[in-house]
Order: sequence, then structure tokens, then C-alpha cells
Amino acid sequence: MNNTVISVHNLVKKFGSFTANDNLSFEVYAGEIFGFLGANGAGKTTTIRILSGLSIPTSGEVNVAGFDAYSQTEQIKKNIGYMCQKFSLYEDLTVKENIILYGGIYGMSKSLIRERLIELLAKLRFQEYENRMISDLPPGLRQKLAFSVAVLHEPKIVFLDEPTGGVDPITRRQFWESIYETASRGITVFVTTHYMDEAEYCDRISIMNDGKIVALDTPERLKKQYNATSVEEVFIKIARPDT
Amino acid sequence: MRTIFYLIRKEFIQIFRNKFISKAIFAVPIVQMLILVPAVTFELKNVKLAIIDKDMTSESRGLINMLAGSTFFKVSFSTFSEEEANNLLHRNKCSMILQIPSGFGKDIGNGKQGKLLATIDAVNASSAELTWAYFNGVVRDYNMDLIKKNITSGSFFPLPRIEITNRYWYNELLNYKYYMLPGILVILVTAIGFLLAGLNMVREKEIGTIEQINVTPVRKYHFIIAKMVPFLLIGLTDLALGLVIGKVAFNIPFEGSVLLMFFGSSIFLIAVLGLALFISTYSGTQQQYMFVAFFCMIIFILMSGIFTPYESMPMWAQDFNLINPVAYLMRINRMIMLKGSTISDISRELYSLVVLAILFTTLAVRRYRKTV
Repeated sequence: MNNTVISVHNLVKKFGSFTANDNLSFEVYAGEIFGFLGANGAGKTTTIRILSGLSIPTSGEVNVAGFDAYSQTEQIKKNIGYMCQKFSLYEDLTVKENIILYGGIYGMSKSLIRERLIELLAKLRFQEYENRMISDLPPGLRQKLAFSVAVLHEPKIVFLDEPTGGVDPITRRQFWESIYETASRGITVFVTTHYMDEAEYCDRISIMNDGKIVALDTPERLKKQYNATSVEEVFIKIARPDT
Repeated sequence: MRTIFYLIRKEFIQIFRNKFISKAIFAVPIVQMLILVPAVTFELKNVKLAIIDKDMTSESRGLINMLAGSTFFKVSFSTFSEEEANNLLHRNKCSMILQIPSGFGKDIGNGKQGKLLATIDAVNASSAELTWAYFNGVVRDYNMDLIKKNITSGSFFPLPRIEITNRYWYNELLNYKYYMLPGILVILVTAIGFLLAGLNMVREKEIGTIEQINVTPVRKYHFIIAKMVPFLLIGLTDLALGLVIGKVAFNIPFEGSVLLMFFGSSIFLIAVLGLALFISTYSGTQQQYMFVAFFCMIIFILMSGIFTPYESMPMWAQDFNLINPVAYLMRINRMIMLKGSTISDISRELYSLVVLAILFTTLAVRRYRKTV
């Protein structure tokens, strides 16, 4: 299990005088589901953007899938998938057109795109949506599709930034089934979420507060350590120690 | 390379799925050509005259008849009151007042100088100058008539004079439409190049789809080229449409090579698209982009020499035009269409456009950041 795919040492990211990421250090191992928790504005999105090569760190060592986050952002991008809280498939393209586009961008062959498209539509029971525009799909379906597109090219790591925001419980459940299924294929899942019940599904979780990581371990050990019955309790104890 | 193909396909699907844009692309050139070509003209016809004839002789009436007989002038008012005439000029009812003082006919009869006073509305300086030139022409003809009359009556020696025969080359009938149409075509192509691609890019920023692109290994120049190619092709299609309208509706002559014109316009479009995408990298919203792009476009068009002769601009303005792609295409189009210029005649303009195309596109690719 100790095959490190993300290693971060003393990561600092500043925007002017504001420190969004304050001296973060952590490692993520191949094939695990890593939950990245924190209150709004704790700095999660900043970290995810750095790890996926969209943003350059101010200082510290960051290595993703074997590549340096300062100088090798484009190599990182070849090896990751990314789905952000703001839904980002092209709404004026159909399901099929989006899949073909992203498959093409990642350099997949025509036949492979075709194969994955059929596979994916079958898996999501999406066949009747193939030629439907994204803007006509309900939010839950869109998010499932966005996730499938993010792992279309079988990346080493997939980053999910609040993937289940604004989605009903049934769809969330299905979404997490796909996350498990993805992780079982050996793809490392790095996920941020606000739902603490989802945090229970992760192999390990880190909790961020004010730009710092204040806890990092398996959900069970954290619960034991903080004498809590759920991750939610742990989170509240950490985020608001005075209450 | 295959990536570019996928990206270009995506752009085309999006453009033609947008009901408004896909129609506007074809409607704009038609409307623009049909309205602007006949409307934008410097030709002066039917200049309204107010005449104060205090002389009331056959000589004064002869002059007035000559003026009224020319196509340039129309005698709209006749009055004896200077005040009324000034009032007419003030209220834009006429553009020129001609005063013929009493004694005009008598002076001419006596072989003295006849005197006239012309007051011209010079709010528009260039039309005032044209009015003056036309008026001068009529008076000169009138003078010649007088001289001829006196020669035949034998009281004067024939005067030595120079007669000029002029020919207007490349636009023999001085048809203003022939001059403006190539220019309007340039404006058409400029608008397509400047507005559509830049807005398209900024829209992706606003919606957030660009982030999903930036997190893929897509190459920067692939993405920029994919944004350029569809609008390059649309610009050329509109140019073709504009030319067809010019031929059908205005029977515009086309002396040179159509292919050469499309070649020049392609390089021009790459330059303008590059500049537009460069500006878009600085803009976060479509509003910001529109403001800056529109500003650049107006400056480029007005300085290009579409209305005012390029050579009569101050030196600094001519220097500025070295980086103005619109100025180059303006000359290229007019030279090809009216003069039938060949590639060697316009090579300087073409080279300059190539340099600008490379410069602006490189700037756009370099400024476009996938990682901030």
C-alpha cells in the first residue's frame, strides 16, 4: 500500500498577504480514497488546484504522479483526472460529443473512444441520453457523467472537488459506488466533500482548518483519538474547539 | 495534431448549435453590404443654395441658371434679405449663400471685375471645400462664356490659355461605391475576426469550461489554433458572400485575382484573431473584452484610410499604421479590386501582415496561461 503517488512537503501558497495553504505536508498512496475535508475557505480548493497543475505553489515540495508541481505541470495533467465543484462539461454539446472531445484531447484512439463510450453509456444506463445535450440532463446525471469523463483516460489519480454538491442522497450513494469501483481499478481518488457521512467511506481523511492540516488518519483512528462516534463529531471538535 | 481536429470540431458544433450566431454570421454581411455601400458616400449632390440677387440683370440671372443647371447645386431659396439667408444657413435649410451685389452686371458689361460673395456652411470642412470647388468650377465656365462672347464681338484679343484633358484611372466614373465596397468588405472581415473569437474565449472563462480544458494536457497552441480556424473560415465565407453581393447588387468591377484577395484576407484574419485572443487573455468577462476590443477596432478602422486618404494623415499616424492590420488589408483589397494589382504590387503589405499575424498569434499563445 505504501506506493506514494502524491507527496507534499511544507507546501505554502500565498495570495498577496493571505496564506491559503500554510505549510502542508502529507502523502497519498496509490489506490486509496483520500478524503480532503475542511470548512469553506479552509484552503482545500487551492490545494487541489496546485496538485492538478492549475496553480503554482509559493514554496514547498510537491510531487504528483512522479512529477514536480513547479516545472512539470503538463506531465502531471497527463496523469490525472479532474472534476471541480463547478460543473464543467460543455452544456451545449451532447453526452457523446463531450466524451469524444475529452477522449480526443487525452490522445485516445478513435476505436478506444468508441469502446469507452459504449461501455460508459451502458454502465450509467445512459444509452437514451447519448445524443442529449448536457443542459437537458438533471444535475445528478451531469455529475455522474462528469466523473466518468474525468476518468475516461484511466488516469493515475482523480481529483474530485466537492463532486456531490447539491445532489440528492440516492445519486450521492450511486456516485460513491462509482468512486469505489474506480479505486478498485487502482485509480487513486482524492476527494473533497462537505458531507461527513461521505468522509466515513474514505480510506484516510485529512481535516484542514485555516490553511493548515490539523488531523490526518483513518476515520476509525480519528474517531478514537477524539473520542467521537462519527467523523462529523471529529470535524466539529477540530473546527470549533471551543464549543 | 489530432487534438486540434477534435477541438475545431467542438467549436464548429457550438457555433452552429447557437441559433442566433449561426444566423447572424450570414445575415451580417448581407445587411452590411446592402446598407453601407450605397449609404457611405462623399459625393456631393444637390447642394442647397440661397441666393440674394441684388443685381437682377441678365448677367446675374445667367449665372444663377448655370448653377441651377448643374447637378451639384439646387437653388432652394431666393431672397433679398441677408438676415433671412443667414437664418436659413443657420437652420441647415441651405448649405451656401450666394450674394450677387447690385452693379454685378454693369461691371461685367463695362469690362470690370464682377464681384460675388459666397458664404458656405463649413461644419463639415471637407464638404465645404468640395462645395467651394464645384462653385468655382461653375463660375469658371461662366467666365469662359463671357470671354468667348467678347471674342466673337471682337472687342478683346483671344487670350492664351491652357486646356487640360483629364482622365480618371481605375475608377473612370468616379463611382464612390467602387471605392467604398472594398473598404466595407474589410470592415466586415475585421468585425468577424475581432468580436466572435475573443468573446467565445472569454465565455469559456465565464462559464468555467476553460478550467476543465486547462487541467488536460492540451497544448496551448492547439487550443488557440482551434479557436482561430473556425472564425477564419467564417470570415472567408462572409468575404465571399460580400463579394457576391457586390457583384450582384452593385456590379462592382473586380480587376485582380480573387484568390489573391482571399490569401491576403486569410493572413489578415490570422493577425486579427491573434490580437483578439491576446486581448481575451486579459479579460475576465465578456463586458471587459467588448470594451477593449471595440475600442481597438474603431481606432484600427478609422485610421486604416477607409474614409480619409492614408497619405494625408500626420506622420505619427502613418507610423502607427505599421501595426494596424486593417490599414494593410484596406490597401490590398482596393488595389486588387480596382487596379488589378498582382502579388508583387502588394508584397510589402502582405509581408507586413505575415509579421503581424506571427507576432499577435505568438503573443496570444504566450499570454494564455494553463497554470497561474
